[in-house]
Amino acid sequence: MNLNRLWEYANPKKFIETTDRVLPAVSVLAVLCLVVGLAWGFFFTPDDYRQGSTVKIIYIHVPSALMAINAWLMMLVTSLVWIVRRHHVSALAARAAAPVGMVMTVIALLTGAIWGQPMWGTWWAWDPRLTSFLILFLFYLGYIALWEAIENDDTAADLTSILCLVGSVFALLSRYAVNFWNQGLHQGASLSLDKEENVADVFYYPLLVAIAGFVLLFVALVLLRTRTEIRARRMRALLARERMG
Amino acid sequence: MMPDLGKYAETVLSAYAVSLVLIVVLVLLSLRRGHKVKAQLEAVEKKVRKNG
Repeated sequence: MNLNRLWEYANPKKFIETTDRVLPAVSVLAVLCLVVGLAWGFFFTPDDYRQGSTVKIIYIHVPSALMAINAWLMMLVTSLVWIVRRHHVSALAARAAAPVGMVMTVIALLTGAIWGQPMWGTWWAWDPRLTSFLILFLFYLGYIALWEAIENDDTAADLTSILCLVGSVFALLSRYAVNFWNQGLHQGASLSLDKEENVADVFYYPLLVAIAGFVLLFVALVLLRTRTEIRARRMRALLARERMG
Repeated sequence: MMPDLGKYAETVLSAYAVSLVLIVVLVLLSLRRGHKVKAQLEAVEKKVRKNG
């Protein structure tokens, strides 16, 4: 496979043409996986012997938390592509992903609080993972605000890329906080390559489908929003050219 | 065929409700902005072509 062909998609026209074909299929798959994964988890899995029916929150909490972190890591990759190769589409893809990642972070924080109340007896604790997730949310807010605050697209892309690099430390910290510090309330990872550490199969398979649904939803939304950002940028450029005469 | 959620029914249902509402709002806002920007760009392109 010729990797150089990948850069063809940095051409806005080519990106829009390709996503015209890809987006409907990804969207249908996303809805399908979400409906199957969530319905399977909600209606057809047993209660946990310790957590009762609250275990059903896992099908939303874990996928949204995973996407909150992975969205930032995707933004990191596209920001690096912008810094190194100056492709506008990659900077706009990072911009497009930020609100999606932020909503995923909010869902993870809210479902965590709702789940934590009956299990830990509190909505919130300054636990390493919870705290690093809250900081990640603040980074998302700051990133979105920075894009909105700067008029020049290239300057905004430069500064937000730097912010993204700094925020990546917290994205990784959110993922590995439970491994670094043992004193928190939050349990270890629900999913692991080590089968012994995984949740039981009866919860594991619907969880995998729900995760696939969240990943596909993220991809569909980022493609859709990147197309919007490409068009908005072209519109700003045309209007600026008009004003100059 | 609603499963029996026992004493945690409110907890589980509120977690699902909050999440689904946020996801639906995000999808609707993304679609709405997409349509709006597409229409605005078409109008600007038409204007630019007209002005030569």
